[in-house]
Amino acid sequence: MKIVACIKQVPDSAAKVVFEDGRVSWGDAPLVINPWDEYSVEAALQAKETHGGTVTVISLGGENDKEAIKHALAMGADDAILISDPALRGLDTQSIARVLATAIQKVGEVDLAFFGRQAIDSDSGVTASQTARVLGWPALTLAAVVSVEGNSINVERSIEEGRQSVSANLPAVVSLVKDFGEPRYPSFMGIRKAARAEVPTWSLSDLGMEAPASVISWPEVMNPPSREVVCEMITGDSPEAIASTLVEKILSEKVI
Amino acid sequence: MDFSLTEEHQMTERMVQNFALKEIQPIIKEYDRKQEPIPFAINRMGELGILGICFPIRYGGQGMDFISLGLACENLEAVDTSLRVAMSVHVGLCALTLLQWGTEEQKNKYLIPLASGIKLGCGVFTEPGMGSDVSSMVTSAKKDGNSYIINGEKMWISLASKADLALVTVRTSKNEKKSSNGLTTFIVELDSPGITRGDIHGKLGVRAGSTGWINFQDVRVPVENRIGQEGEGFKITMSAFDHGRYTVAAGAAGIIRSSMEASVKYAKVRTSFGKPLSEHQLIKEKIARMSQDYDISRLLYLRAGWLKNKGIRNTLETSFAKKYATEASFQAVNDAIQIHGAYGYSDEYDLERFMRNARGAMIYEGSSEIQILIQSGYALGERKDKPLRCELPAYDPEFWQS
Repeated sequence: MKIVACIKQVPDSAAKVVFEDGRVSWGDAPLVINPWDEYSVEAALQAKETHGGTVTVISLGGENDKEAIKHALAMGADDAILISDPALRGLDTQSIARVLATAIQKVGEVDLAFFGRQAIDSDSGVTASQTARVLGWPALTLAAVVSVEGNSINVERSIEEGRQSVSANLPAVVSLVKDFGEPRYPSFMGIRKAARAEVPTWSLSDLGMEAPASVISWPEVMNPPSREVVCEMITGDSPEAIASTLVEKILSEKVI
Repeated sequence: MDFSLTEEHQMTERMVQNFALKEIQPIIKEYDRKQEPIPFAINRMGELGILGICFPIRYGGQGMDFISLGLACENLEAVDTSLRVAMSVHVGLCALTLLQWGTEEQKNKYLIPLASGIKLGCGVFTEPGMGSDVSSMVTSAKKDGNSYIINGEKMWISLASKADLALVTVRTSKNEKKSSNGLTTFIVELDSPGITRGDIHGKLGVRAGSTGWINFQDVRVPVENRIGQEGEGFKITMSAFDHGRYTVAAGAAGIIRSSMEASVKYAKVRTSFGKPLSEHQLIKEKIARMSQDYDISRLLYLRAGWLKNKGIRNTLETSFAKKYATEASFQAVNDAIQIHGAYGYSDEYDLERFMRNARGAMIYEGSSEIQILIQSGYALGERKDKPLRCELPAYDPEFWQS
């Protein structure tokens, strides 16, 4: 079975992301694998362990953006491809999906492409579905349980109301949620392999495509409005008097 | 001179840190209060390969180097000392000493299950009546045919009640001119008849760590379990301490780092006299000292790890690292508590636990006073490293990873 896990490199979740001088900045916070994509790699590795085959990791980014890829290799992925091209900067999800779909086709004979449910930086959550659409494959999103039998895949989707069972024929795109189960840590053997791995870089011309045109642009990005908190100390002659003043304040401010 | 860590080292740090933060940090306070080890912690460290991190794959290990061992210890103790203590006794005192002094048969029989995390090891030296003065131990072993019979009591033993195997040093002769020449070391299976053991509670710190006593009553140990030769026990024990102290030093750097990170975070958000604490010079001084001490401690332990990788004796350098880092960690957490004020004094924050934990490391594995004797001995020319019959092998990636 040929399995692909698509991953994204994002600022660490502890980073303070702000909009400064016309740019989104996360200071000197490290870049890491998108936490949701760790589930995608875990699902890919489990599929490989059950059915055999290989796991290839695909990521888009700058030439030095290999942190996420190395993490996935250290978890146990067999190989990785970094798609890097100056023309990819600022593309929308639809364009990214076209690039990923082309890369998946170039890898060839892929049975399953796993994604995390969304990226923690842009939070759009549609790349998996859009990639499936470009490939013409079924998109089984929000998967908590994945099982493959022969040429078909069954997925339990974790949705607000409960679980939904869906099935489709391979090849298919699957996006994962936390309910899938904790992703493994990198192993020491994996760490050594990842540290030594030469990750091939594909440009758009390697993929035989022009830069897709974005249909969504970012005309404006802004910081969330800062909350103004005023602290007022309530004083009184007795606890009862303080409580009574507090109750009046709460009622007049319509807190309850 | 290259001070950079390799990509393998950096990934090792992150992996161990993620494990400790994700699985231990959320529950450590609860177990520290209960004075109980986290039940799954050591097994999990075994599953993840951390307990065998620096051993050759052929002996069940993970094939990483000795610097990786130090980095793992720093990141474990940055969350809780009990995790690093497990490394100190299982890896440092027991398994690394076996790698250094054991025969091929002993390594195959005992190092493989230890390094692969199937069995847990500890180091058994201290007694109720002796600690720093190793050569005055009285627990004895008498040769009887193809066995030795051990009698006596050992105390303050980390993992005493949890370990499967113990590296034990005892007295085999009282007639030597130098009493240290009368010691011999064994690897002992702790389920052997005649062994009773238990835990000690009421410690100031490392309350989620297991510390206990082991009593030997006519415990028969086969002669093939003797490590090295009869009379080599003192040298073997000193090798064990070189390894153990390295892990203690690295771990102490983790306490300094955590104290500093907590202080920086708090000092930026807490205000006093109308400005953040971080803008007060007296607070800056404390934070600067933590930051400097972290750097010094880390450099000192990484140098010891580098020497270990090269196969060069490092008793003095490890002693520098152990004494400096443990004392600096106590100072750092004391300052961090001062910065946090009353909050630092309560167990709402991790600092009071770190402070209790940091105190022990100035006592165990060679007290600060013993480190001073070692260091002055070298400086005054009274002490020189003589070649040992068995040295810790230099880290050779090919041998380690094949």
